[in-house]
Amino acid sequence: MDASTDNTTRRRIALTVNGRTVEAEVEVRHTLADFLRHQLELTGTHLGCEHGVCGACTVLVDGRSTRGCLMLAVQANGCTVTTVEGLAAADGTLHPLQQAFKDHHGLQCGFCTPGMLTTLVELLADNPQPAEHEVRVAISGNLCRCTGYQAIVDATLAAARAMQAPGAAQRPVEAPVLPAARAAR
Amino acid sequence: MKPPAFEYHDPRSVDEAVALMARLDDARVLAGGQSMMPMLNMRFVLPGHLIDLGQIKALNHIDGHADRLSIGAMTRQRDLEYSPLVRAHCPLLTEAIQWVGHRQTRNRGTFGGSLCQLDPAAELPAVCAALDATLTVASVRGERSVAFADFPAGYMTPSIEPDELLTRIELPHWPVGHGYGFVEFARRHGDYAVVLAAALLSVDAAGRITRASVTLGGIGPAPVRVTGVEQALVGQIASGALFRETTEACRSLDAMEDIHAPASYRQQLAVVMARRALEAALARAHPAR
Repeated sequence: MDASTDNTTRRRIALTVNGRTVEAEVEVRHTLADFLRHQLELTGTHLGCEHGVCGACTVLVDGRSTRGCLMLAVQANGCTVTTVEGLAAADGTLHPLQQAFKDHHGLQCGFCTPGMLTTLVELLADNPQPAEHEVRVAISGNLCRCTGYQAIVDATLAAARAMQAPGAAQRPVEAPVLPAARAAR
Repeated sequence: MKPPAFEYHDPRSVDEAVALMARLDDARVLAGGQSMMPMLNMRFVLPGHLIDLGQIKALNHIDGHADRLSIGAMTRQRDLEYSPLVRAHCPLLTEAIQWVGHRQTRNRGTFGGSLCQLDPAAELPAVCAALDATLTVASVRGERSVAFADFPAGYMTPSIEPDELLTRIELPHWPVGHGYGFVEFARRHGDYAVVLAAALLSVDAAGRITRASVTLGGIGPAPVRVTGVEQALVGQIASGALFRETTEACRSLDAMEDIHAPASYRQQLAVVMARRALEAALARAHPAR
């Protein structure tokens, strides 16, 4: 199988996923979400609708929340991807957002949770002290059928407080690539 | 719910892209993917070839000129949202972009993609109508300019040929001190608008309106510049009463009827949204010193 960059049906891609370099050959029609789930066996990213409305497939691409079902795996070549599996520390310590979701009952079935967490990681990186309505706007692209959202909002505000507390462990969360800082790709 | 098989191309330049579009019969372009990917996932489109524009750096720019902003068609919506140039020279766009989809879709979605999709309820086409934007379209035959008013050919149909590519959008500056307002009625934040309105006003030191732009989206297949209201406003002293009186004319606009709202409700919304957009614009307008 010809794997050169001119190939129109299969491509070799190289990217960083949860801090690890990944090299793989993909069919061009595979979405990023399916690549993560099937080829990398990172099944934390969920497929709810596959047309961009539910948010369950949200991952971070170069620090930016992205619908994994609306991106082709080939488009992630050269990118840094963070999935829900990449939020906890290597020793298993939960990210403050994950801990807050646990403490404040921010999940029930857990289906929307990976998308919620990655979206909220981006929010807190951009806006470390969000107001409640800002949290609600940030998750407006993520549907939850279980919680009614209030517990998710409570967990987020609690996580924000915990992350700002003096002595809070500075987690190396993927920094968002802001327009001013980004070189032309 | 998976894309069909297609051949994938990722050209590095506009020339390469338009050459592909001229050569390949059964090709679609991929910009931000926030409309195309759902169509592929649901197999509403079955292109033999997909031309990904994401590697064409020349299409991704926001440039300020003396009289206008020049924005590349592949500029991501989030870059428009956070751009200090856009905020300084085209605050209407900064305001409107926050209503476009959700954070996640703005991270990938593009300015040009939204314009070519031409959803009747979309914000970016309405902003281009409000500002009298000029679009540049390229093909193997060269470049041509299209006034935004001439761009919509029909429902979700831009007037570009299958082998043409939208490359650039020019947004002329309004004078310093102009007022702007953007309002939208939707059932939930981030939903497509039922009706939206965009207003721009220039007001002199006496409070007299010297220039007005009033645009309604969601009413018909393309954004509507309500020139009758604009003409009734220019030369008048701006006031809430003037806005209430002049926007009543929006009630007689042809309006779409669908599962989201009957035509009569859209007409009612048109009157209310236009008035609120004008009020917001007036509050922001200050005559240039």
